[in-house]
Amino acid sequence: MLTPALAATTFLVLIPVVETLWMSLHNVILFRPRSAPFVGLANYAHALADPVFWSSLGNSVIWVGGAVSLQFGLGLGTALLLNRSFAWRGIARALVVVPWALPSVIIGLIWTWMLDFNLGVLNEIGVRLGLLSAPIAWLAQPDTAMAAVILAVVWQGFPFFAVTLLAGMQAIPFDLYEAAALDGAGPFLRFRYVTLPGLAEVIATTLLLRMIWVANSLDLIFVMTGGGPGTATQTLPLHAFLTAWSGGNYGEGSALAVIFTLILLSVVVIHVRRTHRQ
Amino acid sequence: MIERKRFARGRRLVLTELPIVAILGFALLPWMWMMLSSFRPDAELTQSPITLWPRTLTLAHHIELLQRTSFIWNLRDSLVVATGTVSLGLMLSLPAAYAFSRYRFRGRQPLRVQFLVINMFPVVMLILPLFVLMRQLGLLDTYYALIAGHATFTLPFASWMLTSYVDGIPVSLDEQAAVDGATPLQVLLRVILPVVMPGVVAVGAYMFIASWNEYLFALMLAGQHVRTVTVALQLFIGENQIQWGLLMAGGTLVALPAVILFLFVQKQLVGGLTKGAVVG
Repeated sequence: MLTPALAATTFLVLIPVVETLWMSLHNVILFRPRSAPFVGLANYAHALADPVFWSSLGNSVIWVGGAVSLQFGLGLGTALLLNRSFAWRGIARALVVVPWALPSVIIGLIWTWMLDFNLGVLNEIGVRLGLLSAPIAWLAQPDTAMAAVILAVVWQGFPFFAVTLLAGMQAIPFDLYEAAALDGAGPFLRFRYVTLPGLAEVIATTLLLRMIWVANSLDLIFVMTGGGPGTATQTLPLHAFLTAWSGGNYGEGSALAVIFTLILLSVVVIHVRRTHRQ
Repeated sequence: MIERKRFARGRRLVLTELPIVAILGFALLPWMWMMLSSFRPDAELTQSPITLWPRTLTLAHHIELLQRTSFIWNLRDSLVVATGTVSLGLMLSLPAAYAFSRYRFRGRQPLRVQFLVINMFPVVMLILPLFVLMRQLGLLDTYYALIAGHATFTLPFASWMLTSYVDGIPVSLDEQAAVDGATPLQVLLRVILPVVMPGVVAVGAYMFIASWNEYLFALMLAGQHVRTVTVALQLFIGENQIQWGLLMAGGTLVALPAVILFLFVQKQLVGGLTKGAVVG
């Protein structure tokens, strides 16, 4: 009973990885399922020679950097506020997680709807308040599309940081704050020397989990812009997905997936090494 | 004294409660705007410049969605897939978690780490081979394909979380049962399961929400005969015209189960995450 479960789990999880590696070394075109000749590293060479690969890599860096830092900042601020006592704290803490529970597809829909050029509420409010001189087609312009998808993913992800960091803060013994206050530390010093060190482990882990998650997630961008306009919001996993899904080229798509995984893996290893040393 | 109290109250209002209100506004208003939009007639939705405050509310979109489109069958498909994912996932992850926690077998530690690492494997890495595999097996566009697909990406996290729950149960309980002549399976079902029930419920809820919310697998591994709600919603986005009313009504209905379930189990899930933070 135990061995089969373990075996089945391993099978379900590991087989796809092995198969991806295999496909990345073969010329797998969906419409020619019977002939998939071995091509060595040709898929990799072809993928790396494509300028879209490099722009997608750049987009991935902006996407992950922008999304994770903003999610973290907003989440930390929310956690600090929710860690204070006020009458309706329980309700506020429960409700703040709502965006986290929603399907990415619906989050994409909501923000596409709110950012719509003609019918979007954000353009309307912006114009009424005088912040915008005219409505903007947020998702159709290369320079605003990336900001728009990052806004949507920040909305989706900041509750994750808020609740996990809050849980971490509540595990910090209250005496530490009292002792710091006795020593004359003000709110900022208490935050700097009590809260942050107490949270260090939780921060390291949540940042890592979130970075991986944001780097991998492509459904939100896929739904909102499909990677466009042009390739302005095309991240590396989306590039891999589209190469296979719309292009039918499973060999190169798999090669891209492997390259992306290796990049992500090395970033993660560096992050883990650094946090372990500290 | 009263003055000071009032000052403290005012301070709390300005420095804590108002910022919280602003953050909650950011978190909730977009969701509420979707729900509000689903109750506004087409005339108001497609009128530019838009009106912020609705003049009339209507159930027309919800009724059209449930009566004239296949949405009700999509809801059924989503329900079947999510329930199947939870059943398969728990059947595999609970024994796996038990094995990880109790047995010292060769390759246990690497395998356990492997499960953590696999969490970070890009979805594209899983989805492309699964598509090809399911195609070869002739399982594309069936419940099996989608349930297996959703299991692959929920299992690692589920086993990881359940392992930390099982770790929290003293081994003496197992030993006592073994002395009384129970087989490992009986120990798992009669001794461990009742104690880790809260964890099982939380993990089950997590898998249900993850499957219910999932889009890419549902699009790629199915989509015609088996069409989940997340895929169905996208069909209201036409080449030339977007049916915002139907989209908003569908979004409102699909989001509700996930939000309600999440509110119930969020404490356990966050506990599992932070526990994982300490273990990892």
